[in-house]
Amino acid sequence: MEQLLLLIFLPLIGAIITAFTGKSAKIISTVFAVASLGLALVIAFTFIPDASTQFEANLPWIADLGIRFHAGIDGISLLVVLLTNLLVPIIILSSYNHEYKNPAAFYALILFMQSGLLLVFTAMDAFLFYIGWEAALIPIYFICAVWGGKDRIRINMKFFVYTIAGSLFMLMGIIYLYLQNTAHNFDLQTLYSLNLNPTQQGWIFWAFFIAFAIKMPIFPFHTWQPDTYTSAPTPGTMLLSGIMLKMGIYGLIRWLLPIVPQGVQEWGNLVIILSIIGIVYASLIAFTQKDAKRLVAYSSIAHVGLISAGIFALNQQGMQGAMVQMLSHGINVVGLFYVLDIIFSRVKTNKIEELGGIAKTAPQLAIVFLIIVLGTVALPGTNGFIGEFLLLLGVYNYSIWAAAVAGLTIIFGAVYMLRMYQNVMLGQTNSLTITFTDIKGTEKLVLYTICVLIIVLGVYPKPLLHLTEASVQHLLEQVNQKLKQ
Amino acid sequence: MNIIITISITAFLVLYAGLFKANKALLPLTVVGLLTALGFTFYAWDGNAVHYGMMQTDNFALAFSAVCIVGTSLIFLLTQNYFHAKSDNIAEYYTLILFSLAGMIMMVSYKNMAMLFVGLEIMSVSLYILAGIRKKDFASNEASLKYFLMGAFSTGFLLFGITLIYGATGSFDLDKIQAYLVSNPQTISPIFYPGVILMMIGLSFKVGAAPFHFWTPDVYEGSPSLITTFMSTVVKTAGFAAFLRLFAGAFAPLHDFWVVPLIVIVCLTLFIGNVTALFQKNFKRMLAYSSISHAGYLLFSLIVLSKNSESSVLVYASAYTFASIIAFAVLILVKQKTGSDHFESFNGLGKKNPLVALCLTVAMLSLAGIPLTAGFIGKYLMFLNVMGEYQTLLVAFAILNALVGFYYYFKVIVAMWFKDGAEVELATPAQYKVVLIISVAITIILGVYPAIILNLI
Repeated sequence: MEQLLLLIFLPLIGAIITAFTGKSAKIISTVFAVASLGLALVIAFTFIPDASTQFEANLPWIADLGIRFHAGIDGISLLVVLLTNLLVPIIILSSYNHEYKNPAAFYALILFMQSGLLLVFTAMDAFLFYIGWEAALIPIYFICAVWGGKDRIRINMKFFVYTIAGSLFMLMGIIYLYLQNTAHNFDLQTLYSLNLNPTQQGWIFWAFFIAFAIKMPIFPFHTWQPDTYTSAPTPGTMLLSGIMLKMGIYGLIRWLLPIVPQGVQEWGNLVIILSIIGIVYASLIAFTQKDAKRLVAYSSIAHVGLISAGIFALNQQGMQGAMVQMLSHGINVVGLFYVLDIIFSRVKTNKIEELGGIAKTAPQLAIVFLIIVLGTVALPGTNGFIGEFLLLLGVYNYSIWAAAVAGLTIIFGAVYMLRMYQNVMLGQTNSLTITFTDIKGTEKLVLYTICVLIIVLGVYPKPLLHLTEASVQHLLEQVNQKLKQ
Repeated sequence: MNIIITISITAFLVLYAGLFKANKALLPLTVVGLLTALGFTFYAWDGNAVHYGMMQTDNFALAFSAVCIVGTSLIFLLTQNYFHAKSDNIAEYYTLILFSLAGMIMMVSYKNMAMLFVGLEIMSVSLYILAGIRKKDFASNEASLKYFLMGAFSTGFLLFGITLIYGATGSFDLDKIQAYLVSNPQTISPIFYPGVILMMIGLSFKVGAAPFHFWTPDVYEGSPSLITTFMSTVVKTAGFAAFLRLFAGAFAPLHDFWVVPLIVIVCLTLFIGNVTALFQKNFKRMLAYSSISHAGYLLFSLIVLSKNSESSVLVYASAYTFASIIAFAVLILVKQKTGSDHFESFNGLGKKNPLVALCLTVAMLSLAGIPLTAGFIGKYLMFLNVMGEYQTLLVAFAILNALVGFYYYFKVIVAMWFKDGAEVELATPAQYKVVLIISVAITIILGVYPAIILNLI
């Protein structure tokens, strides 16, 4: 219990301390982020890989309203907790290239957001989950709107109103569930054991699903995403794409499937169709993008589409694939955005046409970028392959046709990612890229770490799969059992 | 009873102090008086004493008295340099505010409808003068006249209502009225119903609920900002307490009858308040319209009467009061420096005045209802209350309105942090800082751990 509380509140304490430091904010926030990573690793190694909830903290909070500070970690949580605490130090290190104005506030907001995210990923109480959900949103809004690029105010207002609209309806759903159970609390287990009729399940499904779908985003709730990703400062984009969208996926698995399985069964087909439309649609748009950052943003929509299709296939392979892919996608997309940021910081553009031949002047960057791109396009032997393979297997077990269309994501992805790589890195150097310097210092550290993770998880994913297997299986059993009733 | 006596004596002492030109002693004297009164609210806690059959200091009354007294104290702390710069008769301002507060204490603790009327008038008459206290200022005069005419008009409705109810029940006493309703459910006199409606209209005028809200924006905009702060926070809280005491208490057995017009009022209030606030270019006017919309959320507590209704209103009203005090305090500072209360004058405020801007940000987040602030808990309780009877459509409507609210509250945040402006440095007196920090602390504490006031009443 103490470990868990420390895990959640360490970044918050870090945020408060960082807020009162001046120029040294960078270093102090790095120290806290690395300490959190260490803590997460300790938790991962002492975690017993079964279906139980461990490190549980269950403290009274607002007793009159049946709200408790109830958090815990099972296999599913552990994976996203690891992802969060792995990526935050990487993201902070990757910002060393830039001198952000008012660094104390910048890094404090990142750490504050980390606390919110960890709360979301460990909450076992629906109210606590909601608090974390919003607590993660406010800092990222400020990060994007203060340090973002052009037109940031309008873009981020759209992003904010979109997401808050979703979460307010989720709040309504949560209140409804609270009123439905006779114990009048928000506890996950109580909500799991609710017996709602199909109509109720349908409504609750939509109340939750829209919030999650906006966050991920699933077509047609994605319209905020490309603009926000493009205009945000790179650490903001990384937080959004690497970790924040996993809130939506995690929410689907933890809160939507087990609470309203019949709703999921009724509407799951529609969601899979939407996801597949999203895959094809986002891939096609990615083809036409001239800006590499935008291209990656659209590719992210395609990847997330496949993950949600895998989840709604409601089988072990799809779910396990989703778990692995959450981690892989987080690592890969952060790597991609970092490479683009390095390019941008040197030549001040991410326009694919204006670049070329960087491989000649920066061979090391070319190699790591290639590894990350290959991970993203799911080449066997990289981390992306394991996730996408399991996801496609899951979708295949659901329907061959769905898998056939969803499989396009791999082909499309390979085409547009490799074409982007070709145009940016290969070919002749031009006046812009001739003076390009290779990666050094923290850039090397971050990118090599990412590459090692991509390859290691690709070659030997077993420990990872083992970590989540029991919990995923247990969750699916629970869902199936409820469906049979 | 002690509370009213203390406040009234303080008011007279302040008046005498003013007579002897002891201007420096006014603020300490007032604050000591108010703290004493606050002490009496704690002393009387759980006493549930009835005073001469006219007033009942139950925990409900005491909790709201405490909120009013704390709010007024904070507003008094903001008076530094505010009145002094504008007039010689400072003691009169203090006295009028104190008398108005005494009226409010009666409004939150009445047991007899005559007392409601007396309290309301003591409060209102003081406010009519305060609104027009800038004798040479056209807007202030207009505000005062509008407020007086509308106030007198609404008092008329209230009195008609009281009269009809007296005619039906033969009593002004809340308990006897309730007993009448409970014992004759089938044979309630037909004049009782219009009485209820008239009282609802009268009180809606006072709290500024649509469609009886037309006076609010002009009066709020025209009055001196400090008086507007007082009117839109403490006065409003007292008004709601009075509303609640009557409708959740004496008229509760007739809930099925008056809930229909109430829902109409709530929907109109939410819609008009939010949509009009959206189009305001002036921060003060925006706050005026937003105060209308908050009246709508507060009335949610009456749609479903439960044991939680009262504490929901207490939480919501405190959240709203302290957030608004922050907003107005910053507005006063900005206006002193830039001479304008438009959104543009907030541009770039965060760069030179991080503390002030941070406090205003917390206030706006609270008014918008973001978690970890008191405003969220308030809104949550209201939604919870209404969801209790599965009025899902109504909650969905309120949520859509809340979304509109996010948009205009964030306008200020956007202006302060994201836009570039003149980078003025505000002259923030120490007392303002104290008020800002206390209010922010209350906002966050109530947001993180609302249990401390949830089970008070």
